[in-house]
Amino acid sequence: MKFQKNKYTSGVNGGMSRRSALKLSAGAAAATMIGAPALVRAQTGPIRIGNLTPMTGFLGTLGVFASKGAQLAAAEINAAGGVNGRMIEMMSEDSINPENGATKAQRMLERDGVDLILGEISSATALAISEVATRNEKLFMAVGPRSDVLRGGRCSPYMFCTDIPNTVMVNAVGTAMKNQGMVDGKKFFTLTADYVFGHDLLKAAKNFFDANNAELIGDELVATDVTDFSSFILKIRQAKPDVLALNLAGNQVTNFVKQYAEFGAPFPMIGFNLNTADAWAAGVGNLSGTWPTPWLDTVDTDATRGYVERFRAAYDGQTPENHSWISYNAVKIVAQAIAETGTAETPALIEYLESGAEFDLMKHRKGYFRADDHQLIQEAFSFSMKPDGSYDDVLNMLDLGPAVPGEGQPLEAIFPSGSECTL
Amino acid sequence: MEIVFLFEQVVNGLVLGGYYLLIALGLSLIFSVGGIVNLSHGAFYALGAYFFVQMVDTLGFGAAVVISPIIVAFIGIAFERFVLRQFYREDPILSLLVTFGLALVMEQAIRMIWGAAPLPASLPQAIRGPIFVGDMIFSKYRLLMLVVIAVVLAGIWILLNKTSFGRVVRAGIQNPDMVAALGIRLQPYMTAVVMLGVGLAALGGAMFAPITTVHPAMGSEILTIAFVVVIIGGLGSFWGVVAAALLVGVVRGATVHFVPAASEASMYVLMFLVLLLRPRGLLGESIEKFES
Repeated sequence: MKFQKNKYTSGVNGGMSRRSALKLSAGAAAATMIGAPALVRAQTGPIRIGNLTPMTGFLGTLGVFASKGAQLAAAEINAAGGVNGRMIEMMSEDSINPENGATKAQRMLERDGVDLILGEISSATALAISEVATRNEKLFMAVGPRSDVLRGGRCSPYMFCTDIPNTVMVNAVGTAMKNQGMVDGKKFFTLTADYVFGHDLLKAAKNFFDANNAELIGDELVATDVTDFSSFILKIRQAKPDVLALNLAGNQVTNFVKQYAEFGAPFPMIGFNLNTADAWAAGVGNLSGTWPTPWLDTVDTDATRGYVERFRAAYDGQTPENHSWISYNAVKIVAQAIAETGTAETPALIEYLESGAEFDLMKHRKGYFRADDHQLIQEAFSFSMKPDGSYDDVLNMLDLGPAVPGEGQPLEAIFPSGSECTL
Repeated sequence: MEIVFLFEQVVNGLVLGGYYLLIALGLSLIFSVGGIVNLSHGAFYALGAYFFVQMVDTLGFGAAVVISPIIVAFIGIAFERFVLRQFYREDPILSLLVTFGLALVMEQAIRMIWGAAPLPASLPQAIRGPIFVGDMIFSKYRLLMLVVIAVVLAGIWILLNKTSFGRVVRAGIQNPDMVAALGIRLQPYMTAVVMLGVGLAALGGAMFAPITTVHPAMGSEILTIAFVVVIIGGLGSFWGVVAAALLVGVVRGATVHFVPAASEASMYVLMFLVLLLRPRGLLGESIEKFES
């Protein structure tokens, strides 16, 4: 085995890997020549991206969509000749839980020599990976997690967050709700996913209720492996709220809305988190209410239409959901940063991402990272259901609302500043 | 009011327990007769749900609920003939490993055939919505499910206790060697028991598909609960499994009433207590072949 491995280290120019460079550098005899070949490799070898995302468990469905989005972006970039001639080499792995995600991130950075880590949906796992990336001083593009805490008290100079955070999701739905007169003076009951993401979402929701004269009359924490919600539905009914608000995650939402419909949906329902795939999975006639999203396949731009078409062509006609979209864009953002800076070295990439450079996110307006907390500032949307019978397929049942913030307002209007993040 | 709410949770827990029962009973049967802990049982539950979703649009709700478990029962013939049969007399660890592996293979097969994304499924309008009894609310569909489960349960009890088929199976549970010595081949009975077991799991999957997420890993979600029920009930005991399933449902419902965040933990605490006080389970029988 050892002999075989050594075969790969024999090349000095071009095809040399980071690991071989490191091996050579360890040898005293090679000490004088490490500078030059390492530099050659940095500009010509493949760009290695470690892609971690949950492919199983309650976020597994979303993870599979996310992975497809990232793979499509890499394939397109490579087909077009790579980034400054360098191909993207992506290693994708299932990040089962925080410990597993952290271990795999460590292995990718140390053993596989990836240039950066990209991915994740679970906020808890993202926090664990962020610590590993920070220790290794490598870029971590946190693609899908939404907890405010990642852009707040637990932010890192090495982590950039591309999805919309919890507060923005609450604001996106809240704005739509206020317009329908469903907030002021109303009694709310919430169900909350019992892990960092849910807790964080509940905090954002409470802030919103407090600021808008709404009352939270009850909240229940729900373990992520709960699949039967009937007893929670009885609890809600006993509390008699004006509006039920969900802070659930992954397929919890699908399970809940199906069973809530089964019990005749006794109160109006809204939710502060729902991914498109989980909405589709609810089936016809089960979902109701208003929900937030960073993007839907029906966003009215040419870039979105083109992307949906390419995604369908690549994946047997499947329609992309919001995690496919955000992962695709995260890879494109990294590619743009590498192309502009001419390197995949973390310090240069961070400097570029913090510079206010704009990125096309297939929406009406371009996005940019806020230097203070590394949040990708962008438009958000709310969506509701089309009336029953007005659509032929679950894929067409979601009715996208207007982008928030509206035209003329600055994008940061829905991204509150003054977070606890100090970089 | 408080007591009404608690009562409502308890009754709802009973309904939920009935659904756990469908999955656990098959698991218990296969273990009792074959001595095999079938870790792929959840995958048959998932198959039941997927076949249901596949057929419901063309055949209608009722037909899909009936036909899906029948198809899975026939798959059970192959499962028994080519997998389980090799392991009845072997070290239990081997069948544990092989059924665990099979569970992974089946989950991945579902992913390859139907895709990783969950499939949509809904209840027909006619059986959707609540029924009110006084101030208590029940789901129309769950009550219907409860009726189906009760009928199935009665059928299985009669099959096991009032027919010659049942006598051989029960004798086989206690002492397969003696049954063989009497000139009765147990193998066809074993095939039938496995068909029944996985068919019940599939029936659970088909009936639950409209009210849960139909996704490839759904089998592993339900398997743990089924095991907890079997262990609490006691091996080899029909009524033990029935009592345990209902008890788990009720304890869960009552926990949600008092400490909702602990609802999932409640059944494990229950299992812990039962095993501590009565290691054989609630109504577990002494089975000769496992005690030697």
